[in-house]
Amino acid sequence: MSPRPGFVLEVDRSTPPTLFMHGNGYRLEHLPVGSRIVYPPEPLPVVRDIDGAIRDALLHPVDSDPLPALLFPGMRLTIAFDDISLPLPPMRRPDVRQRVIEAVLDLAAEAGVDDVHLIAALALHRRMTEAELRHAVGDRVYDAFAPRGLLYNFDAEDPDALASLGETSQGEEVEISKRAAESDLLVYVNINLVAMDGGHKSTATGLASYRSLRHHHNVRTMQHSRSFMDQHRSELHSSNWRMGEVIRNAGVKIFQIETTLNNDTFPKPFDFLQKREWEWSLRDRSSYLASTKALARTPDRVRRSIFQSVLAPHNMTGVNAGDVEAVHELTTAKVMEQQLVHVEGQADILTLGLPHICPYNVHSVMNPILVMCTGLGYFFNLYRRRPLVREGGVLIVSHPTPWAFHPVHHPSYIDFFEEVLTETTDPLEIEKTYEQSFAEDEWYRHLYRTSYAYHGVHPFYMWYWGAHALQHLGGVIIVGGDAKAVRRLGFKPATTMGDALEMASDVVGRDPSLTHFHCPPLMLAEVT
Amino acid sequence: MSRLPSLPSLPGARFRVPRPGFPWSAPLVPRGYERPPAAPHTGADYDTAWARRPLARHVRLLVLEGPIRLGVRALTAPERTGLDRLDGLEGAAIFAANHHSHLDTPLLLTSLPEPWRHRVLVAAAADYFFTNRLTSAASALAIGAIPIERTRIERRSADRAAGLIDDGWSLLIFPEGGRSADGWGRGHRGGAAYLALRTAVPVVPIHVEGTGAIFGKGDKRPTPGTSRVTFGAPLHPRDGESATRFAGRIETAVAALADEATTDWWSARQRAARGTSPSLSGPEGSSWRRTWALGERRRPRRSGSSRSRSSGAHSPAWPRI
Repeated sequence: MSPRPGFVLEVDRSTPPTLFMHGNGYRLEHLPVGSRIVYPPEPLPVVRDIDGAIRDALLHPVDSDPLPALLFPGMRLTIAFDDISLPLPPMRRPDVRQRVIEAVLDLAAEAGVDDVHLIAALALHRRMTEAELRHAVGDRVYDAFAPRGLLYNFDAEDPDALASLGETSQGEEVEISKRAAESDLLVYVNINLVAMDGGHKSTATGLASYRSLRHHHNVRTMQHSRSFMDQHRSELHSSNWRMGEVIRNAGVKIFQIETTLNNDTFPKPFDFLQKREWEWSLRDRSSYLASTKALARTPDRVRRSIFQSVLAPHNMTGVNAGDVEAVHELTTAKVMEQQLVHVEGQADILTLGLPHICPYNVHSVMNPILVMCTGLGYFFNLYRRRPLVREGGVLIVSHPTPWAFHPVHHPSYIDFFEEVLTETTDPLEIEKTYEQSFAEDEWYRHLYRTSYAYHGVHPFYMWYWGAHALQHLGGVIIVGGDAKAVRRLGFKPATTMGDALEMASDVVGRDPSLTHFHCPPLMLAEVT
Repeated sequence: MSRLPSLPSLPGARFRVPRPGFPWSAPLVPRGYERPPAAPHTGADYDTAWARRPLARHVRLLVLEGPIRLGVRALTAPERTGLDRLDGLEGAAIFAANHHSHLDTPLLLTSLPEPWRHRVLVAAAADYFFTNRLTSAASALAIGAIPIERTRIERRSADRAAGLIDDGWSLLIFPEGGRSADGWGRGHRGGAAYLALRTAVPVVPIHVEGTGAIFGKGDKRPTPGTSRVTFGAPLHPRDGESATRFAGRIETAVAALADEATTDWWSARQRAARGTSPSLSGPEGSSWRRTWALGERRRPRRSGSSRSRSSGAHSPAWPRI
């Protein structure tokens, strides 16, 4: 049976309560009659012969010579790959990056290539641990390259490892990994989870330094990206494409490999989380009841460990290789095939249930700043044409928003929360007054380079990520969150969904329209 | 009523055990009758069908998951890699491994992932494991052994194995035809390749390392140690490929896995691409030189050695808070 497409359900009296993800947990909420619920499409079927499809993509690339023709003895080959932020949740072994990298290395071995480096393209994200690298590239590749120093995390603060390639027509500096820039061939191995990923962003962001990234990771770019997921209306996309052109003109030869995954997000017995509520079986209902009762009696730390150990059963639906732009066009089409849902009209209120994970808290804590980024940055921007909520509308987010930070992964977040958000929550003000001091702080730089910390400037980017939503919305309410933490973010706390709807009516009137975005699994709303 | 023949008297024996006569006991054969030779029930002719019935399979499951698994873990502390290469493999398969020790079979049976682990038969030497009814039954029951003739060309055992594969059973086979005598491998015979061509199922090459040192050929008792099982990517017969050629490919794949197990994956791939993977059968020359060369093979240095390295393990991220 072919997977069913996503659809919009209008809530009536017989509609069962709706599932809301709620951090390291989930809950059922009654939505008012007449509300709309946007359901994601069902998972697309995966490619049956994944290794065969990968090899075929390498041998028959798009707008490029086959990979074997680009490989020769004595060449410098660099393979860069997406970091821990993709995919979400992390996928079961074998990770698709491992499969692709092994296929590339097989061809490199056949061609007699000796000089190979593998780089985790993490930009200003935290370094990946050995366990995480092993999960991504597999034990075979890790054991062959890491002990010799040939498999490593990108360091955006190592001046000796960066190469300046020039400026775009808009004056944006392009500075990327020197090894990648000076290689005879850069093979980029990407996982495309959402439409924003991949393309020139892979190299122009993943292997770039702060000097380069600040040109598109800023408030202006974010406010002019409507949305990030819509390539034609994304300033973030345009900036990365301009930088990609500079990289190409500088003579960097890139062989882009992009993979797409289906949205099969939750393994058994939690697969009911992606089912439509009225289709829950007796087993699903039992699982829900048992797990919610058990989780309610479980300490936060244990609950976090349980959710962070979830490995998604999603797998590859497509792979394309070759020229960056041509490949990305095919990839985007595949992503749309999996994620696009048509929605008519905007609502006064948009409700979201935020899950336990976002790109920046894998094996970590979803701190309040990441709650803001996930809700107002990622989920709000999962649209094309128009946001799901009208301008001046209200966003209601369900998440516990604990006042908790991972001290190793997010040290600058703690200071941002304590020192910056206590003064202002205005992205422009924050950018103007505080960004540089955090970005150039030697202690944060040291932690980023030698520990497992996100770069000092990273919490700023998280805040900017939500700048478009902050500009667009009339109010943000967080249900079930830590009241103090929510207020620090500049939002309003509510105890229950009923209270939140009551509070929202102060902004949007007594008889508002409401849309619930039933995500995850990930989807993209085409709002007409 | 006939009288029972009297038993010879034993020194010191006071009592005779009364023996019931026919039909309560087997009849005696008249001296004047020449008994025809009994149909053979052992060797390649041993019928193992009973060992594939549900009751026997459940017994085997208990034996395999209980004492055999515990024994394998205690003796060989196995490290299993490459299981991810079986991702996507469906249906029956032929698992072809090098052979150093009697421990190889239990080690491999406990290493195979589901769904193959409990639906696999072992191709066992008819002239070794099926010499009498007791060893035949024990082999068939405990490890799912089926007799394979290795001392002469014989169609029946091949036909039987092919029929079982067609019925959906997988087969574990040691194409070298026997255990290594000196730690180095032997040339592959064509049985695995022939069966794969005939039944159109893939062959999964496997390399086993370490069991020879634990309980090699000629050892009287095992010495606990460590072992490593490396699974390779399934090999499919190519159009028009002969059994000999396919057997060569399987041998090359096992040799590449051996190289991978003793160096690292990338170096092994480079040598495999150049066709210079070290041979399984070791260098030519006197026995001491072969032994010396065997000692020079080294295991790769591992980082994070304290980590559980079973493939598919989800390692906890550091640091925890």
